This record gives sequence, structure tokens and C-alpha cells, in this order.
Amino acid sequence: MRQFYIFVRKEFLHIFRDGRSILILLLMPVVQIILFGFALTNEVKNVKVAIMDPSRDAATTMITERLTAGEYFSPYMMVSTEKDSDALLKRGEVSLILSYSERFRERLMHTGSARLGLTADGTDPNMASSIILYASSIIRSAELEISGKIFNSGGVAIPNVRLLYNPQMKSSYNFVPGVMGLILMLICAMMTSISIVREKETGTMEVLLVSPVRPIFLILSKAVPYFVLSMVNLTTILFLSVFLLGVPVTGSLFWLVIVSLVFIFVSLSMGLLISSIASTQVAAMLISGLVLMMPVMLLSGMIYPISNMPDILQVIAQFIPAKWYIEAVRKLMIQGLPLNSVLTELSVLLVMAAIYLTASLRSFKDRLQ
Amino acid sequence: MKNSDISVEVKGVSKNYSSVKALEDISLSVKKGEMFGLIGPDGAGKSTLFRILTTLILPDSGTAAIEGLDVRQDYKSIRKIIGYMPGRFSLYGDLTVQENLSFFASVFGVKVSDNYSLIENIFKDIAPFGDRRASRLSGGMKQKLALSCALIHKPSVLFLDEPTTGVDPVSRREFWQMLERLKTDGITIVVSTSYMDEALLCDRVALIKEGRVLSSDSPRGVIDSYQNTLLAIWGEDMHSLLKDIRSYGEIKSIYSFGQEHHIAIDKNLYNINYIDSLAKKLEATGHRNFHIKVIAPTIEDCYMEFSANKN
Repeated sequence: MRQFYIFVRKEFLHIFRDGRSILILLLMPVVQIILFGFALTNEVKNVKVAIMDPSRDAATTMITERLTAGEYFSPYMMVSTEKDSDALLKRGEVSLILSYSERFRERLMHTGSARLGLTADGTDPNMASSIILYASSIIRSAELEISGKIFNSGGVAIPNVRLLYNPQMKSSYNFVPGVMGLILMLICAMMTSISIVREKETGTMEVLLVSPVRPIFLILSKAVPYFVLSMVNLTTILFLSVFLLGVPVTGSLFWLVIVSLVFIFVSLSMGLLISSIASTQVAAMLISGLVLMMPVMLLSGMIYPISNMPDILQVIAQFIPAKWYIEAVRKLMIQGLPLNSVLTELSVLLVMAAIYLTASLRSFKDRLQ
Repeated sequence: MKNSDISVEVKGVSKNYSSVKALEDISLSVKKGEMFGLIGPDGAGKSTLFRILTTLILPDSGTAAIEGLDVRQDYKSIRKIIGYMPGRFSLYGDLTVQENLSFFASVFGVKVSDNYSLIENIFKDIAPFGDRRASRLSGGMKQKLALSCALIHKPSVLFLDEPTTGVDPVSRREFWQMLERLKTDGITIVVSTSYMDEALLCDRVALIKEGRVLSSDSPRGVIDSYQNTLLAIWGEDMHSLLKDIRSYGEIKSIYSFGQEHHIAIDKNLYNINYIDSLAKKLEATGHRNFHIKVIAPTIEDCYMEFSANKN
């Protein structure tokens, strides 16, 4: 036991003596949360609108006021021709054009329908569709009010859209589980594999192999510090998301932690597996990058919804642990569902942990070849 | 030689790396308490043999045993009784001298104080730098630390793979003195080196070339088995001397050796007048101001001779 303590202590010394890596390890979750939370959002906020309003009557004024009243849209400029508004959109000065037809109120009163156009920049389709969605829901409610005033009836059937669990469509609700999956995988798998491969590269592994130390001992002592660090990071992420981003932990914190522990276990075993394949730190980094990071970013549902993917990618996604973890976190943390709703995810992760752990322990050789 | 006197026994060991033959039918034995040197240039297969003996890799064929324990079956027991210092610096550069030492002590389940008397002589020089990180030590001090770490569990057999490569001459001499002292503690030492002059410091040596043992004997025995008469020549135009003498049929071989050329000729061919006749021949070709004398062969000359014979 004393021996194990000395081994673990040595691993901690390695980490703490390398100032850069400890900085990366501890700051990475903070930076990612801040980046995803404030910079890389799909949220609609202060979107600049160009308004083309040839009629300038009570109805159009009201709609425009309603649209720009909140924090979502702000009027940028009034334009008089389509050419002007397109130019603004092209130059990126505005993200949305709102154009009314001529004699808007008159038409609305007499024919019951008046034309109103919303034009958004489609180069970023995700952003464009959320802008359109926001704008049309505000305009629709304004229209409803106007037609109610005019016809004294709310005769038009308008769908009442409601987004459950994330009513304000905050993107942080989506990425917090994603960042958790990404960071835990990165620290456990990548850092563990690099730290083992480093010993191979510097030749200390040779010395350790020619000693009575049991390999499992060696491996476990490598995993412990990164296990501890990922717990620290998990805490950091949860704190930041609750207090900085206002994403609540609606479900059971206890089970959230348990599921995370299982996922950390899977990641650690993957790291160990990588370390027995790779013989240089660069190789370990590349393998972790290609085999772990890319799929986690692209196929876990963190950024792109899995259901939109081609069949083959959907199949591949099933084998990515982060996909199951992120799904479980979404259910537990955001939706606040009870444990029995994540039993599938939990058992898939447990099976994966068992497979990877067996594979990595088997592939660890107690000779050099 | 009784079986119980043998510490390391290698019989017919071969090892290939894909298509490259690293070791070919190597056999040698090391007696208990002996300092045994594996002498050969880089790429001769010394490190491969060390890795087989330290149970890090398996031989393709042949057997090897350390203190009667087989490297295949009993590798776990072997790992308890040997000390190994690989060719490159393989301590933790980011740990301090003290931390390295106590870590490796705990690897073998001992405390630094348990066998401190064994390493005291070596470690006392670096002890004042106990809080310094190992990466910031000088080359000689790194070697001392590595040796201390390899000895801390009082191994029966110590394997040192090129311990003096890249170390300055003063530290090299000091290092060999330390090994000499360790021998008195009864530790069997197997050491490899590419410095031929270091062979003389061993009890017995094996000359290795391209994975084969050329000769295995005491350094004296190796030199005594030299079959030629060796001449040294030095003079003004060393380059054309080499070229001209090489063209003489009766010469077995000539090669440059430091500031001189060494000429090997058959013992039976050599007589008291040989040097004079060689000198005349050279003067006839236009050579002036050169000196020739008979010299005693060194281990390196033996190595040259034996490897020429093998080919």
C-alpha cells in the first residue's frame, strides 16, 4: 500500500512540476465553458434588423416596435429599396431584413392578409433558422393582436409553439453536457495515455519493467491522478454552468455524478488501451485526437444532431461512449428525468468500461515487445 | 567450472528484428562476482543481448539463465535479483535526486536506508544536490544517480548498458573505479562498452560484432591469442603510406589507429630484417621521414583481426 502511495505521489509530482500541463488541465474546462457559453452560441441576441416599410401605418409601426422591443432584435436602419437592404445583408451589417408590402394595414383590413417578408443570411443555416423562428413568433403574436383589434375576433388558428426544458433556447443547455463529455474524455484518455507513453519514450518504462512491480500497479497509479483531476474538472464545469450560465441541475446530482464516474472509467480504459498501442507521445496524441476527439466533437450529438446524420454515421455514433454519456447527462441534468430513463445509457457505458478495461489490461505487455 | 559458480549463462541465443539479424547464435557465461564486458561498436547487438538478459525481450531461439533462472519462465524472479541501467538516461528528469532514489527504492520494496552502505561511495558525491532535479545534473552525476538507483535494492547481478557513453574521460575513469569497488561487494557486473580500452578493466570480455561473439576470454587471453606481429608506422604523408603499404601482398592488413597506422603481418613472415626491408621498399617509392616499430597489440587490434578473420 505504501508502494502504491509512492507511485501515485510520483504521478502527481509529474503533473504539478509541469506548469503548462496543469494550467491546461485546470483552465481548459473554464475556457471551453466560456467560449461555448458566450462566444460560440446560436442564441438570438441583439440581431440587427434592416426595415423596409413603404406603408408606415399603425400596423407596421406596431409590429416593428414589438419585434425590436426585446433584447433579441435591434433596428439597424430604415431602408427604402430592396437593393439597399440586400446590400446591407451582403456586407453583414444586418442579419435580418423585415419588409412590409405597400398599404399594409389597408390590405390587412380589407383582404385579411397582408404580405410581410423576412430575409435572413443563409450562410449560417442554424443561426438563420433560429432568427427566423424568433422573429416569426414575435410577429405572429403582434399580428394576432392587430387582427383581434380590427375584427374583434381571434379567428385565425395560430400554433402555440413551446420548447420544453429549454424555453429560451439557450445553447448552453446543449453544450454543457457536450463539454463535460469532451473534457472528461480528453483528460482521462489523452493525458493518461501520454503519461504512460512518456515513460516508454524516456526509457524509464524499461527500468520499471525490470523490477518486481506488477504492471497493473503501475497502470492504476497512472490513472489515479487523472481520475482526481477529472473530478475537479467535473465540479468546475457544474459550478460554472449553474452559476455562470444559469443551466440548472434539474435532476439528481447524485446520479449525474455516478454516470460521470462510469464515463471517466471508460475514458481511462481507452487511454490505457491507446498507451499500449502507441510508442511515442506524438503517436498517442494523434490517436487520441483522431480516435477520441473528432468523433466526440462530431458524432456524439454535441454539435450536430445524430438523427440528421446518414445511416452509416448513425451506426458509428452508437459506438462512441461520449454519445451515450452526453445523452444521459442531457436527460439527468437538463430534463430532470429519473434514473430509470437513463438505464440504457448507463448499461451501455458499463459494458463499454468492461470491454475497454479488459482489452487494455490484456494488451499491456510486461516485456518490451 | 561448477554450475553454481555461473551467474549468467547464454546458450545459442539468436534474435531477429524482422529481417535484420541482431544476434546470431550467441553463447557465453559469466562467473559469479565477475566483471564481464561486452565489447563492440554501436549496432553490434549489445543492447539486444542486454534486453534478453534483463527479460525485456525474448530470444527467437536459444536459452539464457540468470543465477540459474530461465529468462523465459522465471522472468518474474529474475526481475527481483537484477539491477539494470539502460543505455540512455532513464530516470525522471522532473523529479529531484532524492525523489528518484527513494522512488526506485520503493519500486523494489526497500527503503533507501536499507542498502545505503552499498551506494554510499557513489551517492555521497551527488547527495549535496539532493534537491536538484535530475535533468539539471551534469552527465557524470546523472550516471552516478542512475547507478545508485540500479543498486539500491542490492541486486545479485548488475547490467550496465554502455554506462560511459557520452561521459567525459575523468568521469569515465571514476565510474570504472566505482565498479571495481562494487565487485568487492560480490555483485556480478555485466557491462557493455564501445570503448575498446575499457575492456582491460574487465575480468573477462566478449568481443561482439554484428550479433556474433568473435572471442570470449580474459583481456590478457584475448591479446595473447593474437596471431600476427603488429607494427606501427607514422610519418609525413600518412595517406599515401596507407595506400602504398596496402598494395604490398605480404601485408595482412593496415588501418589507421589514432596518429599512426597499424600493420598486421603473419608471425612466420616477420623476422629481424623485416622492418628494414619494408623501409627500403617505402623509400624506393619516395617516402621520407617515417618511423616503424613493433608494438604490442591492443584489444582494438584484436577486434580488427578477429572480425577480418570472421569475414
